Amino acid sequence: MVNPISAASAPEKGTSLWRDGWVRLRKNHLALFGLAVMVFFCVIALLTPWIAPYGYEQQNLQLGASPPSAAHWLGTDIFGRDMLTRIMYGSRVSLLVGFVATGVALVIGVLWGTVAGYAGGRVDAVMMRLVDILYALPFMIFIVLLMVVFGRNILLLFLAIGAVEWLTMARIVRGQVQNLRHQEFIEAAFSMGLSRWIIIRRHLIPNTLGPVIVYTTLTIPNVMLLEAFLSFLGLGIQPPQSSWGLLISHGVESMEEYPWLLIFPGLALSITLFALNFLGDGLRDALDPKASKD
Amino acid sequence: MMLLNVDNLNVHFHTRAGVMKAVDGVSFSVDHGEILAIVGESGSGKSVTCYSLLNLIPQPPGKIESGIALFEGRDLLSMQPDTLRRIRGNEIGIIFQDPMTSLNPYLTVGEQLIEPLLYHRNLNRQQALKRAVTMLDEVGIADPETRIHNYPHEFSGGMRQRVMIAMAMIAEPKLLICDEPTTALDVTIQAQILSLIKALQKRRIIAVIFISHDLAVVASLADRVAVMKEGRIVETGPVDDIFQKPRSGYTRTLLASIPSGSKPHPSQPSDQPLLLIDRLTTCFADNSGGWLSRQKADKKAVNEVSLTIQRGEILGLVGESGSGKSTLGRSILQLVPVTSGTVIFDGTDLVGLRQKRMTPLRRRMQMIFQDPYASLNPRMTVFDCLAEPLLYHGLATRKTVTAQVLALMDDVGLARAAIRKYPHEFSGGQRQRIAIGRAIATKPELIIADEPVSALDVTIQAQILVLILALVEKHNLTMLFISHDLSVVRYIADRIAVMHHGELVEIAETETLFANPGHDYSRKLLSAIPALSTNPTLSTRPPTKLV
Amino acid sequence: MLRFILSRLLQAIPVLLVVITATFLLVRCAPGGPFSAEKAVPPEVVRALEAQYRLDQPIWQQYLSYLGDLAHGEFGPSFRYPGRTVNELIAGGLPITAELAFYAMLVAILIGVCAGVIAALRPNTPQDYLPMSAAMLGICMPSFLMGPLLVLVFGIWLEWLPVSGWGELAGDKILPAITLGTGYAAYIARLSRGGMLEVMTQDYIRTARAKGLPERVVVLKHALRGGLIPVVAFLGPAFAGLLSGSFVVETIFQIPGLGRFYVQAAFNRDYTMILGTTVFFATLIVLFNLLSDIVAVWINPKLRHQLSRSR
Repeated sequence: MVNPISAASAPEKGTSLWRDGWVRLRKNHLALFGLAVMVFFCVIALLTPWIAPYGYEQQNLQLGASPPSAAHWLGTDIFGRDMLTRIMYGSRVSLLVGFVATGVALVIGVLWGTVAGYAGGRVDAVMMRLVDILYALPFMIFIVLLMVVFGRNILLLFLAIGAVEWLTMARIVRGQVQNLRHQEFIEAAFSMGLSRWIIIRRHLIPNTLGPVIVYTTLTIPNVMLLEAFLSFLGLGIQPPQSSWGLLISHGVESMEEYPWLLIFPGLALSITLFALNFLGDGLRDALDPKASKD
Repeated sequence: MMLLNVDNLNVHFHTRAGVMKAVDGVSFSVDHGEILAIVGESGSGKSVTCYSLLNLIPQPPGKIESGIALFEGRDLLSMQPDTLRRIRGNEIGIIFQDPMTSLNPYLTVGEQLIEPLLYHRNLNRQQALKRAVTMLDEVGIADPETRIHNYPHEFSGGMRQRVMIAMAMIAEPKLLICDEPTTALDVTIQAQILSLIKALQKRRIIAVIFISHDLAVVASLADRVAVMKEGRIVETGPVDDIFQKPRSGYTRTLLASIPSGSKPHPSQPSDQPLLLIDRLTTCFADNSGGWLSRQKADKKAVNEVSLTIQRGEILGLVGESGSGKSTLGRSILQLVPVTSGTVIFDGTDLVGLRQKRMTPLRRRMQMIFQDPYASLNPRMTVFDCLAEPLLYHGLATRKTVTAQVLALMDDVGLARAAIRKYPHEFSGGQRQRIAIGRAIATKPELIIADEPVSALDVTIQAQILVLILALVEKHNLTMLFISHDLSVVRYIADRIAVMHHGELVEIAETETLFANPGHDYSRKLLSAIPALSTNPTLSTRPPTKLV
Repeated sequence: MLRFILSRLLQAIPVLLVVITATFLLVRCAPGGPFSAEKAVPPEVVRALEAQYRLDQPIWQQYLSYLGDLAHGEFGPSFRYPGRTVNELIAGGLPITAELAFYAMLVAILIGVCAGVIAALRPNTPQDYLPMSAAMLGICMPSFLMGPLLVLVFGIWLEWLPVSGWGELAGDKILPAITLGTGYAAYIARLSRGGMLEVMTQDYIRTARAKGLPERVVVLKHALRGGLIPVVAFLGPAFAGLLSGSFVVETIFQIPGLGRFYVQAAFNRDYTMILGTTVFFATLIVLFNLLSDIVAVWINPKLRHQLSRSR
């Protein structure tokens, strides 16, 4: 029997692809900036009830709409309510919708895509045909319809948006799984006699994770955009709840006289979208093996 | 005066990992009407050298640092981009390695063929098309008037390479650069393309730079040979000198690495068959018709193949691409669904066997794959990769597994220190060692090796072949060795089976087949092998070192 | 090729049926009938109305007769605008929305493709960063934010362009078209950059250069076709997006198009109008997806060849 790891050959540490990706991501300043912004916004949103400078419904009718000042950094709306406070509360809804609906899309999409890609053959054909058919449906219109028919329910909003976004996720995962299935290392695992579950857990999932992470990051801004779009039309979040889309919609009504009511919520939304998109692009460059060739 | 005179060419690639000296002070010359072969393994800088002359390397990351390349007295490297452009495709033509990707799939071949004439010769379309038809005829494409309106995907690989040659020659260049023009082709097609290039070169008296990794191909073609290694030319000389009295050690290693002659130590196969295959047929459903066309034209990839593999022998399985040799290997291991026939492994018919009974049998038969880059899970370390089969089949416990993995690594010649490394940190040859280690981990009786050395450079290939032979002997393995390369199979196999269009056309003892092939196709295959210089003293065996 | 188009058309039929059925059921399941909202109406009037709109029949009969009407191109009467049919309303709004979508598409494709190709020619240089940063801006500035800001700057502060209306004042079509188009221009720019970058590394581009073709020919003749395939595939979804985008833009700029009708119908619970417009939009979107699929196949000789061979 050989002596395990003799002193002369201390094992060298290998660099996994994840580590490689992290090293690449760390060099991408824009992506890191995006990550920092997102972390900052999420912390603020979580702590809003304790750190907001004013009460959410606290009015000051004498003050009315006032431009930014020392007391109200981002100004006040026509009822004299502090805009910073309202944007902070709005961020809670906007981010919540973004994360939860993306979560819904992630779960459905990954399950659907993995099953279709792994099963292959007829099962795959039927499952993906269904996705094709759903793709052809005018979903935006359906969501509008849903909100009209069933009222503006935030839970329904999560489900409806998640139900649209899972399609692309399913396609990406399925493509990835199908691609992997024909890779020789999966075939090798199969020829070793490994069970299906072990092949999926040890060989398939770790190798699909990269694209899923990237696409998830890029789905969040899409979902937030959808929510804002619906709220803007008056079909999404309803007062007294608030979201950035709703604030923008109110801001538009009086933008001529009080432009800050439009500009600040707009900035908040745009900055978040920027941050998430930069982060997503950075992750793609870092984790996509195709991009790592150079 | 020489046609082309390259002096002290330096090309560097500036990557994140640092500066790579792809071409490091290369000097050579090409005379009018001569064929210069540049030979080297992958990464030796042979292609970069030629692409740099025509400013075809991607910049960045590539950069031509210094050097002079006088083409008829004009320096290619320092001239204006527009002047150089007028030389490309006009005075210097170039043929690339992969004819499948080198033609634009969105344009007809005629449209692509006439471009050099339109932009360098100022012909109008009619004249150019007429010229293109003649040219296609000259490179041996039948019915050129019709074919000229076809798209590249309507041609086979060999035909596309003929189109590429026609395109490079149509403006009547003085120098033709051929970058591995036959590497992507089957051996019989390779022979045709090589004789075409030679015939055209003779007829038009042009100079050719022929880049290749394959010394055997070069031997029958070139006037002079330059051997490159790691960006430098290590030896230049007339072709006979290079093959008869190589001066540099590297050239000698290259020559010695070419598998030649028969198996060094023939194994002693027993009389007991390990594997009995009877009328095995595997079909692939042809789904290209879409769901509207209900036709189910099944393509028979393997058609009624019967053969027997004796315990302890290495059976070579040869055939060109699409002959069904890989599918046969996968059908034996039940990695693809078999249509009909039986595969009896040590008394058990594997066809249609339930998974529960198949799993313990899988331990006893393993596979080695062609592509060492795709056959290893990129997210598993060497340890994970080798420990997985051991633990799964209960051949090791948590306590003993490290020692067993290290022993395996010793067996296949991997440094023990590399146990925690990931596949992407290894070279191709080392990866193939990992894959071989994984295959022998479970102490199998049968190994199916599917082109295990065709993705490797010739010196690495020789090392892996020696390793395989040693392991077969040490562990008393039985092997089905699938390859397109007859010289490799001759070197390793006891018997050879030849496949063509899904059918087994001949099976014979190795030397019997080479001396006296029984089937027409076998004869055709054998005659297409590029013959190395016939000096018997040089056909030595590969170096017998393991690492 | 004809066979391919035919088979795709056949596939579109179940999609449309799903859309019609789902919409029909959703609208019929909606809580609160169309007339229950406002003032008390005498029961006999309700009955008469219900008879007029066939609401007294069982639901499957309503469904079948609705399908029958659709087959004749009839979308039925409007609930809210008595005496007017959904057909008339659609016919009134469609030309305006179509014109708006056309201009927006023009903006999106022209700006998007040019920016993307220019960026891809010199990746990782200012020539790449500048258009791509602009594209990122376009993606992160949704139309309902971009529109009001454009109005604020060009309409109200600078007073260069009219802030609302359609075809009434000179230049009043510019802001809506830009508002609707920029987001898609940004997407198309990113897609065409990606496509071009991918194609420019292909072997056949090297072949084209090796033939000594001028760079202009290499890009326009050899690279553009393959590079724009992702863009063509995106045009179908982009069209669907433009239609829903028109809801916002027509609301912001008070354009009497289909999108504004739809949003108003949604608020008024004008169920026949919602049903009719949804079915109409869905048909358009399905058709445009079909069209972009066909074009994608048509510009790719290999796919074309496979289709003609599989006869």
